Amino acid sequence: MNTYTFTLAGAKLVALPSGALWWPDEALLCVSDLHLGKSERIARNGGALLPPYETRDTLFRLDADIRETTPRTVVCLGDSFDDLDAANALTEEQTLWITRLMAGRRWIWIEGNHDPGPIDFGGMHLAELHTPPLYFRHIARPGTSAEVSGHFHPKASVSRRGHRLTRPCFLLDSDRVILPAYGTYTGGLHSDHEALNNLMRAEALAILLAKPPHPIPMPRS
Amino acid sequence: MRRLPPLFQDWFSSKGWSVHPHQIALLERADEAALLLIAPTGCGKTLAGFLPTLVDLATKSHSGLHTLYISPLKALAADIRRNLSTPISEMSLPIRVEDRTGDTPQSRKKRQRADPPHILLTTPESLALLLSYEDAPRIFSGLKRVVIDEIHALAESKRGDQLMLALSRLQALCPGMTRVGLSATVESPTSIARYLACAPKQCSILQADPGPDPDIQMLETEEEPPWSGGGAKYAIPAVLRQIKQHNTTLVFHNTRAQAEIFFHNLWLANDEALPIGIHHGSLAREQREKVEAAMVRGDLRAIVCTGSLDLGIDWGDVDLVVQIGAPKNVKRLVQRIGRANHRYNAPSKALLVPANRFEVVECIAALEAVRAHDLDGEPQGPGPRDVLCQHILIRAAAGPFEAERLYEEIKTVGAYSSLSRSSFEDCLNFCATGGYALRSYDQWQRLQKRPDGLWQLRDPRATQRIRMNIGTIQDTDTLKVRLKGSRSGKPLGEIEESFAAALTPGDTFLIGGQIVRYDSLREMVVQVTRDRGPKPKIATFTGTKFATSTQLSARILAMFRQEDWPQLPQHTAEWLKLQRKVSKLPEANRLLVETFPHDNRQHLCVYGFSGRNAQQTLGLLLTQRMEAEGLNPLGFVATDYATLIWGLDLIANPAPLFTAKNLRDGLENWLAGNAVMKRTFKGAATIAGLIDRNMPGARKSGRQATFSSDILYDTLRKYDPDHLMLKITREEALRGLVDFGRIEEMLSRTAGQIDHVALDRVTPLAAPLLLEIGKVPIKGAAEDRLLAEETKALMREAGLT
Repeated sequence: MNTYTFTLAGAKLVALPSGALWWPDEALLCVSDLHLGKSERIARNGGALLPPYETRDTLFRLDADIRETTPRTVVCLGDSFDDLDAANALTEEQTLWITRLMAGRRWIWIEGNHDPGPIDFGGMHLAELHTPPLYFRHIARPGTSAEVSGHFHPKASVSRRGHRLTRPCFLLDSDRVILPAYGTYTGGLHSDHEALNNLMRAEALAILLAKPPHPIPMPRS
Repeated sequence: MRRLPPLFQDWFSSKGWSVHPHQIALLERADEAALLLIAPTGCGKTLAGFLPTLVDLATKSHSGLHTLYISPLKALAADIRRNLSTPISEMSLPIRVEDRTGDTPQSRKKRQRADPPHILLTTPESLALLLSYEDAPRIFSGLKRVVIDEIHALAESKRGDQLMLALSRLQALCPGMTRVGLSATVESPTSIARYLACAPKQCSILQADPGPDPDIQMLETEEEPPWSGGGAKYAIPAVLRQIKQHNTTLVFHNTRAQAEIFFHNLWLANDEALPIGIHHGSLAREQREKVEAAMVRGDLRAIVCTGSLDLGIDWGDVDLVVQIGAPKNVKRLVQRIGRANHRYNAPSKALLVPANRFEVVECIAALEAVRAHDLDGEPQGPGPRDVLCQHILIRAAAGPFEAERLYEEIKTVGAYSSLSRSSFEDCLNFCATGGYALRSYDQWQRLQKRPDGLWQLRDPRATQRIRMNIGTIQDTDTLKVRLKGSRSGKPLGEIEESFAAALTPGDTFLIGGQIVRYDSLREMVVQVTRDRGPKPKIATFTGTKFATSTQLSARILAMFRQEDWPQLPQHTAEWLKLQRKVSKLPEANRLLVETFPHDNRQHLCVYGFSGRNAQQTLGLLLTQRMEAEGLNPLGFVATDYATLIWGLDLIANPAPLFTAKNLRDGLENWLAGNAVMKRTFKGAATIAGLIDRNMPGARKSGRQATFSSDILYDTLRKYDPDHLMLKITREEALRGLVDFGRIEEMLSRTAGQIDHVALDRVTPLAAPLLLEIGKVPIKGAAEDRLLAEETKALMREAGLT
């Protein structure tokens, strides 16, 4: 299997090579930071005219993960849209595509800092979700546990025989897991950044995206 | 026809100078539309360029801008201003001269726009910025002449293409404007004249007396040059002796890293505490200015420097040029040598110092070429379209425009004279909407066509973004280096982000001539502390690298054919003999391929002698083929003469990798997804305005906000493979970084004759490659294998298995 399995607060969870998190016992698929409509938002604000294909690419990969796992519940862990207007600016084709993915399953939109309000899609819109024993929220809350979050777009690097490689990663310790960004137009924050250093316990792992995902001790500064 | 007025004649006599014939000629022919002066350094070239302006302004009243002077270097503009002030004040001429560069304070820039001086000294980038303002027609009204200094240095770069596009705009604003180019000795004056001309008009060439041949030698050292490396530490005592024997010495290096290391070692050996400075592009501006000022005052006995001092800044009393490392290019060597001795008709004096044994061979070859007056030139292609896209955006920032007229203006630029209308439309469309195959939304309208047919920016906010991104100089991402705890203090300089990323706390490296210890990276500033140790742990950060010219490579290969090498120092001759004994020496009409194990990996070394860029491409093509055949390549490094590939598996029979068909087939396939293309894409996309040069605030707010341009490249490849940016990237890569032309040259020269030599250890000629920097990793199956290895090892170390 091209996956990495771990437990958090007693729940058995599976890191997929795409950066999605799969919870088999609940048939729950969780993805974070899709940033749909990013190129549209940037163009709208007088910025660069980036290739307008990232929404298509992100949905294509999400579609594949959903077909693979057939979840009962899908949780989008915030920053699903690059801003609220971007959600309304999706093409009809993309809107239908999302609606099709949502059909026949429970779909939860968690609010993120980029999309802090309701959007015109069905499903549930929540600030956070509690599916015992786990809490799903966009930004990790220090001092809590059993928490699944996103926001930081973590990535990490390893060196071997003089060869350095960097990949997006999950960060995992006994309190929480932080998901990598799923969206196509997303960068990353190195795990040795202060914010992540302070948040994660000393024994935290970084699970680098690959087939299968590879765990290493979380690189720190 | 103009003559030198009595006032000027008196001034020349009072100085005890006689006017050079080319200075008079330039004055007499001042009304020609375009004129190119070719003259060696130190014969009053710049004064020749300004003389018609000074005479004109001295004899007729003129309000507003009269002459625009453009130099490739900011420092040069400031230097010229100082030099011009002498004749102007001594003859009491009513002339105002000012410079305008990226360093000029905002308040003065504003005033210059409202009330331009008679003579404005500037750079191509600052000119482009001026042209992006709506009041450009007013700023430049009355402009009579434009003088381009060191035009040879601009003509071969995108900066030069941008400059000529800017001139096409200026010419439209000021139809009577004349153009003068000032150039050092070049191999092909006609190509520079074509570059300077306003097509289809011609540009005449004025050739000054080239002066005597330079006095150029190899530096004699007691110690032998090392087998590898670029530090030339062995030559320190000899160089120091030369510095003592001369008034002022320029010590040129090919890379900043080498300059840093050399300066450090020179300083350690400098028992008499001679005043010696360092000058290169990574140093903070304040540091550079300090060195420049000390140099002008004549306080320094030597400056260790790089290409940042390549151009004609008048440093006065330089009487010796030392070139450390092989010069790579004969033309550049001749121009550097020209820096010594600014007295007309005195030979320039220069010493070559090879950094290692291979460079001994290269230096001798270069010396022979200089003596034979055999300058190297590479052919120039059509003007790059990423620069054209930026020009269209700059034009749009200045106000509404008519596409047809802009197209006609652009066609007056030599490099773009054959630009097709459809090719122009592609660029205009890219600027207007991004040029995507997908039908764009309204938001993707950066430019809109008005009912009257003029194009204009949809959102005026876009002008600021366009102005911020002006320029074609490829900034690698650099980070400022500061001493820890001195947040407000002056930065020590800058290092490349990739270099910073490879540092771990405690690592020591050189910057600005001192050793510092890496502490941390805080808000995109590299925090360091001073280190008292004698030697830096990590000695290198990458700097500019040039490819050895075709002509120099051919000379080296010809030299290898000799039975013995009386012209080479004994140590180098012996090294070549040893190579001949344990393996073979490369030949022009055969391709030598060596394989050997080293350091737990299998190596393959191919001696193509095609220059650094083509050898790099060869590395990419070969590793791609090896990857496809399951040979697990891990990475490679390229120099001007060879490519060294390493991997997990032994290559028993390399010959099939090198068939012309395999390489050519591989090219198309490979162009798609490799690192060089991605790097080229990044550069072209930044120039064309797809990616912002520096995203203000984006970095401070956290790195996750920005994402790699590689993602854009991959996305375009996947969903819009015919997009203009991909076409530009390909054109660009093929002639620049990819340089496939030289691989073709190598293939036809060697005609399938491959000599494979399998050995049990590294060969004399291959050894230096192991120490080269700039290794390219291969993202393939071997990487996943390593990731698995590394994961296990790390988890085991952490007790987590």
